Amino acid sequence: MNQQRRETLKAGGGIGIFGMLVAAGMIKPEMAFAAADRAVFDAKTMEEAFAAIGAGKPADSADIQITAPDIAENGAVVPVGVISNIAKTEQIAIMIEKNPNMVAASFTIPEGTLADIQTRVKMGQTSDVWALVKADGKYFVAKKEVKVTLGGCGG
Amino acid sequence: MAGPMRIRAAAKEGVTEVRVLMSHPMETGQRKDSSGNIIPGHYITDLVAKHNDKVVLEAQMSGSVSTNPYLAFKFNGGAKGDKLMVSWTDNKGESRTDEVQVS
Repeated sequence: MNQQRRETLKAGGGIGIFGMLVAAGMIKPEMAFAAADRAVFDAKTMEEAFAAIGAGKPADSADIQITAPDIAENGAVVPVGVISNIAKTEQIAIMIEKNPNMVAASFTIPEGTLADIQTRVKMGQTSDVWALVKADGKYFVAKKEVKVTLGGCGG
Repeated sequence: MAGPMRIRAAAKEGVTEVRVLMSHPMETGQRKDSSGNIIPGHYITDLVAKHNDKVVLEAQMSGSVSTNPYLAFKFNGGAKGDKLMVSWTDNKGESRTDEVQVS
């Protein structure tokens, strides 16, 4: 009787490990995403990020306003707003130059939606925050430095 | 299971302002737990907002967006009682859709 119970326990343990392997398989959808159009999110330098988006060397523009604090006390929650005054803005991407995941978000703006987006991002350290704008097929950028006193990406 | 989104959509002078607060851990995949193991990334990757059946915003995100992401945007048109729907999908394939009426 006792012996049988042990066997059952063993079998149960085996299923547990198998279940974990299946759970580990959940990494797969993530990899599939990365393979699609998420290459831009793997970029490690600004040049790579611009290249992945297809922006090449975007022109600096004074018509992009970045609203972000000069000093962020808490890097885990940094409010960032981007307003593009460039006509026919189609896309806005927010990038944090010194973050491991430098491209925070990319917004596609259909006709009828204003080029005025606000969100909140994490910042590991003091960094330039970039806004990349695609308007009428051309790319423009602006940046603003945000000083972080307490990083948001630490363990 | 992720909690519901809080969505506010207010129409004023021909422009509808939408504010969305999602409930999501947005784990970057960079952090380590107390025993030094990397906490796997878990973050929203795609988001779409629709006014009635028209897409008014699409977004792609990474783990650099804050926990419980906040998003605000505006679109032309929209009237009281219109439907506004926001849905997201994360890197683990979970998704959530919530709908509100424009006020």
